[in-house]
Amino acid sequence: MIFALAGFGILLAMVLVLIRLIKGPTLYDRVLAVNSFGTHTVLLIGVVGFWNGRPDFLDIALLYALINFVGTIAVLKFFRYRAIGDVMWTPPEKDKDA
Amino acid sequence: MSEYGIILQFLSWTLIAGGTFFVVIGAIGTLRFPDFWPRLHAASITESGGVILLLAGLCLHAGWTLVMLKLIFIGVFLLITGPTSTHAIANAALVSGLRPKSQSVAPNKADDESS
Amino acid sequence: MRLVGYAVILSSLWLLWSGIYKSLLIMFGAGSVLLVLLITIRMNRVDGDRIQIELNPLNFFGYICWLMVEIAKCNIRVTKTILTFSMPIKQKLFEVPYTQRTDLGQVIFANSITLTPGTVTVETEDGQFLVHALSYSHDDLEALADMDRRVSKIETLART
Repeated sequence: MIFALAGFGILLAMVLVLIRLIKGPTLYDRVLAVNSFGTHTVLLIGVVGFWNGRPDFLDIALLYALINFVGTIAVLKFFRYRAIGDVMWTPPEKDKDA
Repeated sequence: MSEYGIILQFLSWTLIAGGTFFVVIGAIGTLRFPDFWPRLHAASITESGGVILLLAGLCLHAGWTLVMLKLIFIGVFLLITGPTSTHAIANAALVSGLRPKSQSVAPNKADDESS
Repeated sequence: MRLVGYAVILSSLWLLWSGIYKSLLIMFGAGSVLLVLLITIRMNRVDGDRIQIELNPLNFFGYICWLMVEIAKCNIRVTKTILTFSMPIKQKLFEVPYTQRTDLGQVIFANSITLTPGTVTVETEDGQFLVHALSYSHDDLEALADMDRRVSKIETLART
């Protein structure tokens, strides 16, 4: 019962974050919303696994946590350097003009 | 088992309900705040309070099993990567020139009050 | 040998996480451990960076407990701010000096600042962090200096 409540609470939070993702005026609002959405996904998978009595879902939750972190960093890196691979480090001051 | 189990069950339900509350509060804050920088703090509520309480509640429900170990692993991982990605987003926003509203960076004047 | 240590840690992690002990799956596990070791050897040739943990485990545990209490307090404060109708925000960027001597200590301090809601580490500079606070007051600087002292205390590296 409590798992159903928690699941629906997290779903509500996901809907609210999705609205921010669509509305978000700047790029960083959207990245923040996506990152938050990923954390909610991890929690939702864990809670739903317990709700169904199948805690094996936790492996998938950990996988989502990994992908969420790497994805956020990759998106931010791409928008800073316009490349995901090996880039030369430039001091942050020079990036302001770009 | 009986009395001890009931207390444990109640404690775990309380923790899960508290965690869900913080997750929803964080989402409401992300939606309601007027500016990017406050939204960062609202998302950080979900990442600290919500994650810790929810996973602690699930841990108590699981008992001393392999599942508990996995939950602790997920919790430690989220507690390390959550602040790191928040910092990465904030740093990228600062570098791109986004500044808090009605506020300029005044590094050497950390003492003066500005409203 | 360092590689044997890695192999033991990786194998035990695999066995813990899989939970199914059939010969085929254990063979897959051994294969993936070998692959990770090969990649590690290859990467070691590029940079020989190693993490050295110079922390006092007992003090570290005490610090984690203190941090949890602090996170609870800050959570309640920010929750109040969100639920207040007018949302009294008084944001500010300010600089916080750090006194940790190891990289790991600095990482722990910066992550602790970000983990407590209401403060976010925005930029790391030499000797200080740029921190953004949601509702700034003079107590914030005091609280962060207190946290800085606590993190410095769990380091075991001798002061030079």
